[in-house]
Order: sequence, then structure tokens, then C-alpha cells
Amino acid sequence: MPETTYVKAINAAMARAMRDDERVFVLGEDVAEGGPYTTTAGLAEEFGTERVINTPISESAIAGVAIGAAQSGMRPILEIMFIDFITLALDQVVNQAAKAHFMSGGQLTVPMVLRTQGGAGTRGAAQHSQSLEAWLTHIPGLKVVMPSTAADAGGLLASAIEDPNPVVFIENKTLYFKREEVPDEIKQVPIARARVLREGGDVTIVALSRLVGDAVAAAERLASEGVQAEVIDPRTLVPLDLDTIVRSVEKTNRLVIAHEAVEHGGFGAEIAAEVQAVAFDHLDAPIERVGAPFTPVPLSPPLEDAYIPGADDIVAAVRATL
Amino acid sequence: MWRIRHFEERVGVLKRADQVYGLIHLSVGQEGVAAPVCTQLRDDDPVYSGHRAHGHALAKGAPVWKVLAELMGRDGGLCRGLGGSMHLVDVEHGFMGATGVVGGNIPMALGSALARRLRGGDQVAVVFFGDGAVQAGHFNESVNLATLWGLPLILVCENNGFAEFTPRSAHTNVERVSDVVAPYELERETVDGNDVLAVWEAFGRFLSAARSGSGPFLLECLTYRLRGHYEGDPVAYREAISKDDWQEKDPILRLQRHGVSEGWFSEEDAAAVERESLAELEEAEKRASDSPFPDDAVPAELVYA
Repeated sequence: MPETTYVKAINAAMARAMRDDERVFVLGEDVAEGGPYTTTAGLAEEFGTERVINTPISESAIAGVAIGAAQSGMRPILEIMFIDFITLALDQVVNQAAKAHFMSGGQLTVPMVLRTQGGAGTRGAAQHSQSLEAWLTHIPGLKVVMPSTAADAGGLLASAIEDPNPVVFIENKTLYFKREEVPDEIKQVPIARARVLREGGDVTIVALSRLVGDAVAAAERLASEGVQAEVIDPRTLVPLDLDTIVRSVEKTNRLVIAHEAVEHGGFGAEIAAEVQAVAFDHLDAPIERVGAPFTPVPLSPPLEDAYIPGADDIVAAVRATL
Repeated sequence: MWRIRHFEERVGVLKRADQVYGLIHLSVGQEGVAAPVCTQLRDDDPVYSGHRAHGHALAKGAPVWKVLAELMGRDGGLCRGLGGSMHLVDVEHGFMGATGVVGGNIPMALGSALARRLRGGDQVAVVFFGDGAVQAGHFNESVNLATLWGLPLILVCENNGFAEFTPRSAHTNVERVSDVVAPYELERETVDGNDVLAVWEAFGRFLSAARSGSGPFLLECLTYRLRGHYEGDPVAYREAISKDDWQEKDPILRLQRHGVSEGWFSEEDAAAVERESLAELEEAEKRASDSPFPDDAVPAELVYA
């Protein structure tokens, strides 16, 4: 099987969509130069700067431009370089994109993808490292996708571009350059479908984005202790594939939810609430959550390393449920 | 213009009777901008508007009864009663939407103009906003982008001198909106927005240039908001205009006086137009009132396309 990376899979999905559909175009800061992580590298060379549009540092306006273009029959892919900067575009994303279909009684659609990336681990400090997905999951009208592998990133981005709704596609900067074996042709992955990465009967670990790898590592460590963990990556947060998680909890009777975002008010709370509402009688222990502490991301390397949750935290959380 | 005037006055009455809902911002006195701008456009020219949008929607061709039904929260409304006064949309007539967040419509209109360039075609995007929006960051971001990209967009500023309750002079040192955008060197003009012919002429010139691909343009229309910021606003922050002064300023009466003196139409013709608009409104109100409230299931069905 050929090897690829998360960033190459994203790049290839955009290129394929642009070849197949002339309505698809890319805009964002430095996208014609490839951007800081090379996600858009080579697109301007293939499709020209008319379709790979560099913009000024104007997050609010470029989000509005993408929405207006989407309402007028185009399929924009907007890049917000760091999710930390989405704060500047939230009026457009929350008040306009998410609500246009609803407020117009179904007349308008906003088929756009907002690609962005988050996560700590690069000494980016508090304004270039956040995990803000929970904010976006709170807004009816947005779909929120958070892939953890190259195959899922490429496959889900293809679906996001085809989707008639605004899709926020949240990448993780520390995953971009990890090598991964993939099939010759990355297959499209449907939105709202979770993936079971590892089966097990003792505990369910639901992990998001970067923490999926940590969850698998934790599961392997636990297996050596005789604890079989089932690992699930929801891949899409909204709409959430609750059925897959609940089916697993009905089997394992224990649930740990792990994400890099601050635990307080994180999306883990929503998963926990939804699971207990339908599967309370199946739970043999309180649901455990793993997330970052309630502080901004620190710069200092030992502090940042300690800040980011990982396999050790997941193992400890699993033990707490046993 | 009579259609807008009578509509707005009737909505004011219905608001006090609690038959239309939400925050209602009337454009009485500002009809001299909506009418000459929108009636020169085609159905496929996208128009975006803000919170004071009834006149723009009507002038762009939205059926009177559907606009009124929307304000009444009825299923027959333009947006099935889900949007209301500040979120009118009528895609069929190219009224791509009003927004309740001041200035948020400007980048979307720009996106529409970008779509036209990418797709080909000769549509012209138009966005209405008030002078209050000019102090918002997205206005400046959008003007920068529109000029950088040279997109066929016409920015129509209805400068009524007040941002909500506050006079322009308390919010900015720049009196004219056309001066705010001066460094971008886009073609711009400030006209008397209560002079329908001046608005018609200036907008028409910008429109024909934009139709052939030039842009952007900014048309600043100095106008007067006869009512408060919203219905219920006691307007304690300014003195009421005298009746005589208003007769002089009123864009509809001004056009009528001019038209009669030029021999374009008679006073009887003008009175007939006014009567027709009242009859149309009466019919529209009946039809809107007869429309049921939307079914409880409608909201959940329309969250996603």
C-alpha cells in the first residue's frame, strides 16, 4: 500500500474536487503560496490564482465572501489559517452561514467548507494552539468534522465539499506530516459515521483528532494488562454518530472520552450527556473524561508537554472506570 | 414608493397592535433610495440589505403579502415565518437577504460579485447599508477587497445621519462616507437621497459600468429617517422635523411635484398610484392574516439543507 500524509491527503482531495467541479475554489491567507503547512501547495500552479485566491488578513470579510459565493452557486473552500483566528470570522460563520438556510425558509443554501487547524504541541503558545471545536458544535446549521487519519481527512474532505451545508473541517497541525499507509485511491468517507478502530469488550474509549492515536496506544498498553478497550473515533462531531458509541457502551458498560480541548465545556461533556441519557442502565461506572486543564496553552516546553493530554491520562481514566 | 410608504406605515400600526413581531425598523422617509436603485436591477442581480430592509425587498419585487406575512410569522411568509423583519429573503427576485448584524451583509454581497466573476455573466451585486455600518471592521475589510479585486459591486449607503440613537458626529470624525473610502480610489458619489432622480441617475451610471464588469462603486445617499430606529423608540435624542420641512423633503412628494410640473403625469395620476398601493396593501394584509402559523415541525426540518 502506498504511503501518504494527512496534509497530502487534504491537498489531493481539494485538487480532485477542483478538477471534477469548476464551482470549487479555494480562498484564504497565503493559500496560493501553499500556506504554512503546505495544505494548498501546488493548487495555484494547477488551477491558477483565479481559483486559488490569496486574501488579506481579513477573516471576517473572507468568511462573508465565501458565504456570498456559496449562496450564488459556487463551492468555496475557505481556509482560516489557525482555528484561533476563527474568532474574527464568527459573526459570518455563526450568524450568517449557519442560519441562512433556516432563516430564509429553505431558499438559501451555503455549500461551503471552512478548513482550519488547531491543537497544541508546536510551542505555538496560547493564541496558536487552541482546540475550539466545542464552540462550533453548539451552533445548529453547522456540521463539524475532525479527522484523525490521512485516509479520513481526504475521504471526509471530499464529502464536506459535496455537502450542501456549511461544514467546519478541523485539522490538527501535529498530524499533518505523519506517514500513513493508505489504499491507492482514498475512498470518500461519509459525514456522520464513526469508525471503530479497535474492538474490545471491557471499556469504550471515544477519542477525537490527535487523541485517537493516544487512545490506540493506551488500548495496546491496557491489553497487556488484560483489559480490552474498544476505540471509537466519531470523526464527525455534528451530526454525531451516537448509535455506534451507544452500541459499544452497551457491550463494554464503561466509557472514557478523550480530547485535547479543555475538558471544561468540551465536546466530551455532550457525548457523556447523550450516552447517559440513552444507556444509563448499561453503565457500570461514571463516565470519565480526559481533556486539557482549565488554563490557556503555555509556551514553556515542559509546561506545554504536561498540558496536552495523552495515552497516560487515558490509561488512568480507564482504570478509574474498572 | 407609495407601496413602501403605505406598507411601512401600516406595519407601524400592526406593531402597536402586536400583529407583527420582533424588532421592526421602518424606512419611512428613505423610499427615495430603494425605489430608484432596485427598479433598475434585474431579478438575477443579487441584492443584500440590513435590518431596515422592507423597502428594499418590496422594491426588488418581493410580493407585498409575502413580506407582510413574514413579519406576522406566518407560513406563507417569504421565509415561512422563520426569518422575520430583519432576515427577509426572496431568491426568486434576487433579494438574497437582509441581515440583523450591522454590516455583515457587505462581505456576502462581495462574495456574490466574486461568484459572478468566476462563473461569467453580467450580474451586478448591490448591498444596502446605513452609515452606522461604516464604522464596523468588516466594512473596511470588504472595501479593501472589493477594490483590490475590482469586483462589480455597488455599495449603496443610506446615510440618514443616525447610527441607532446616535448622530454620526458622535461616532466618527469623517462626515461623509464617500470620504471614508477615498484612499481606495473607487468611484464614488454622494447624492441627495431624497431626490429620486439624482439617485436614479447616479446609480444608473454606476450600474451600466458594473454591468460591463467594472467596479466597485459607492453611492452615498443622504436621507432622512422619519421614524425612530425601531418601532417603539421614543426618539428622545433628536427634535421632530416640522410638517412644512418634511413636505419639502419627502422624496415621494418631491418627485410628484417635479413630475407634474414637467408634465410627466397629472396630480390625478399620482393620486391614483397612491390609491392603488393602498388597495394592494389591504388585499395583501387580508391574505397574510389568512395564512396559518408554521407547523411545529418546520424548524427542525430546515436546520440543514
